Amino acid sequence: MTDTDTKSIGYYLRTHIREYGMVVALVAILAFFQVLTDGIMLKPVNLTNLFLQNSYIIIMAVGMLLVIVGGNIDLSVGSVVGFIGALAAVMIVNWDLPTALVIPVCLIAGAIIGAAQGYWVAYWRIPSFIVTLAGMLVFKGLTLALLGGASVGPFPDGFQAMSSGFIPDFFGGLIEGRFNLFSMSLGVALAAILPILGLRARAKQAKFAAVEEPMAVFVTKHAVAGLAILFVTYLLSTYRGLPNILVIMALLIAIFTFITNSTTLGRRIYALGGNEKAAKLSGINTKRLTFFTFANMGMLAALAGLVFAARLNTATPKAGLAFELDVIAAVFIGGASMSGGVGKVIGAVVGALIMGVMNNGMSIIGVGIDWQQVIKGLVLLAAVIFDVYNKNKA
Amino acid sequence: MDTILEMKNITKTFPGVKALDDVSLKVERGEIHALCGENGAGKSTLMKVLSGVYPHGTYDGDILYDGGVQEFKDIRDSEDRGIIIIHQELALVPLLSIAENIFLGNEVSENGVVNWPATFARTGELLQKVGLKENPATLVTNIGVGKQQLVEIAKALSKKVKLLILDEPTASLQENDSQKLLDLLLEFKAQGITSILISHKLNEINRVADRITVIRDGKAISTLDARGGTITEDDIVKDMVGRDMAHRYPDRTPNISSEKLMEVRNWSATHPLHPERKVVDNVNIDVAAGEVVGIAGLMGAGRTELAMSIFGQSYGTDISGEVLLRGKPIDVSTVEKAIASGLAYVTEDRKEMGLILEESITTNITLANLPGVSENGVLNEGAERSVAEEYRGKINIRTPNVAQKVMNLSGGNQQKVVLSKWLFAAPEVLILDEPTRGIDVGAKYEIYTIINQLAADGKGVIMISSEMPELLGMCDRIYVMNEGEIKGQLAAKDASQEAIMRMILKA
Repeated sequence: MTDTDTKSIGYYLRTHIREYGMVVALVAILAFFQVLTDGIMLKPVNLTNLFLQNSYIIIMAVGMLLVIVGGNIDLSVGSVVGFIGALAAVMIVNWDLPTALVIPVCLIAGAIIGAAQGYWVAYWRIPSFIVTLAGMLVFKGLTLALLGGASVGPFPDGFQAMSSGFIPDFFGGLIEGRFNLFSMSLGVALAAILPILGLRARAKQAKFAAVEEPMAVFVTKHAVAGLAILFVTYLLSTYRGLPNILVIMALLIAIFTFITNSTTLGRRIYALGGNEKAAKLSGINTKRLTFFTFANMGMLAALAGLVFAARLNTATPKAGLAFELDVIAAVFIGGASMSGGVGKVIGAVVGALIMGVMNNGMSIIGVGIDWQQVIKGLVLLAAVIFDVYNKNKA
Repeated sequence: MDTILEMKNITKTFPGVKALDDVSLKVERGEIHALCGENGAGKSTLMKVLSGVYPHGTYDGDILYDGGVQEFKDIRDSEDRGIIIIHQELALVPLLSIAENIFLGNEVSENGVVNWPATFARTGELLQKVGLKENPATLVTNIGVGKQQLVEIAKALSKKVKLLILDEPTASLQENDSQKLLDLLLEFKAQGITSILISHKLNEINRVADRITVIRDGKAISTLDARGGTITEDDIVKDMVGRDMAHRYPDRTPNISSEKLMEVRNWSATHPLHPERKVVDNVNIDVAAGEVVGIAGLMGAGRTELAMSIFGQSYGTDISGEVLLRGKPIDVSTVEKAIASGLAYVTEDRKEMGLILEESITTNITLANLPGVSENGVLNEGAERSVAEEYRGKINIRTPNVAQKVMNLSGGNQQKVVLSKWLFAAPEVLILDEPTRGIDVGAKYEIYTIINQLAADGKGVIMISSEMPELLGMCDRIYVMNEGEIKGQLAAKDASQEAIMRMILKA
């Protein structure tokens, strides 16, 4: 096995070039802007902002990944963000309902919206492009109707905390000055747990068959990831600590990575997108799965809507405008295939981060909104061309 | 007599298969020349060479047509010289009108502007020629298959046809439509148009053909002159099927249970788009444990439709009938339930309907039985791998790694992956639809061995195949199906290709 080990590292990297390529691209883009912005990019305050600014895109990208892997698309998510924000504002500000009630109601409302669209796609086989295009118009209109054309706000502190709050420092004062020791500890814990989980998975695999991923790749991957986590949490800890929303995001990413990688539900969604006829003939209830991906997407769009409204501290008729484009772009940059069946949660997250870092970096160095759009468009195209090129070469 | 077409020593190879081996064909001006042969014998390939679908340079040999050697680059090239081919699957655009379809790509126009009055007037003339009484503005989707066939012929006529090639023109037609079509061919002959007719229906060939060339296994076997009326259907059949069958099938000592394992009673299904067409008509079949039962028939006989409608109503509407396992009715209304009841269906189209090509061998093998490798919905990756490794060894899937994507495997190995998937689902009855289609001889033998093993393990195997020798070599009993009905059954010892053909053509 040892002599094949070194040979297989190259083979493994070549066959998984897409997964690592995007991470490398993200790091390169970060480094690029770090230099161009004279170090502003990785300043703790900017890094914090980066996460806050992109949280809702990442949250939705996770759901959109499932929809796209299932072979569909959801264009309505931007409008749903606006609509749910408006719904929350009306319930909290106008009707004085408690936040603890409004949040679950809004999430359920989002799930129902997604389910309503998924119903037509799954059971009536109406193309998702059309159904969600209709949904986009409908909920954009309903947002306006709900808000009466005006902005509604502000929200109470408890609601705002979801988006702009930070994990409190339970170890406060142990270290002098502005350093959030508790946040740092969380980061250290996470950096320690991930390789342990990874090793356990490898050991379990090895019991049945040879492990595909070479040890060298495994070590490098976890070393880089661990250091990145430590580095980011350190920077954030020197500012105000981990934002609440970052924790929510991390949980969502963990949950959906687990679902897509390790559950029969996830496997069936990939099968559905990979070859719907074969999936059906293998006894998979493809309709119910499609329905589920849309309901799930609706709920995550609702969460994003709450987060966005909390961040702006007001619900505006323009909230969520064109978000669907950023979300869909993130998923495709992250390596998902338009025809379904291919894509990873972590890829979509990296895709969203690439978009976010570029937005942020270009704004800092003063690139106008006009050229930002042009560059982002070209990056999306380049990422997908890279995909197709790799596939044809294989 | 004047020769319009001579194809000389045509050889065409696909990767791993010699589809045409030194075939020569001579067609005389003004005759109706029939091409006969089993499915896969090479008739359609020969016609694709002729019409430029396989362009000059991709085959060996010469095409002499209309006095000179031709080197067609594509279909347009051959059409310009008056060779028009009408394929078995009609190439009409359903949501365009008859007139639009006839002049598609060949519009009556000036500077890109279509002259509609002229288009409709000329369509009217053409429709009259082929005896179709329809408004030229009618959408093609709104007329029956028989009439669509006539539209195709009208389209051919619009292009000044000299040599008309019809590939199984009557396969999907009702009896009286078929007769009309054949009359039309005779009329064309009177007008001096030469036709090549590919058909399975020997009675039709006998009725209209002047000469008959029989192709078998990519070789031209004989050319018979039918004008004297001395050629019988038996003569044709003998040339079509006579081949050496020794040792192409592994030996087996059948151990067939006396009780029926699965029974299908009064099974019917209609076409999903044409509710008036009964594709499966009151079918009764059964299989015992340890038995391999074949279903013979020509393409379009309704065999796949029968299998798929049984397997979770995957085909057709208005499905009626009963499926019994060990004498008890089972619920096969969804694929999930059919699998749970002990059925498995291995599709004839493994790439389109059997495999997820982008996924690994492992993923494909466990797909129909995910609960078998998971706990509370959480997959056990290790268990999956070991299942895949187990079948790689047992079924002999040739791959260095079960993480390999299925699209990188050869046809034979892909088929083994599909079989593994269904074996892992642990069915009692397997329906195998064309299990050896498109795979090489060595892999076929391995598939046959697996089938025999399944029977030896006490499973019931139903095998649909268009290759009659395969059915004769493998099955204990053969049902013959045609036009949606079971026409009869033969015990292995009484069966022969001639007997099956006769039973099919009896209708």
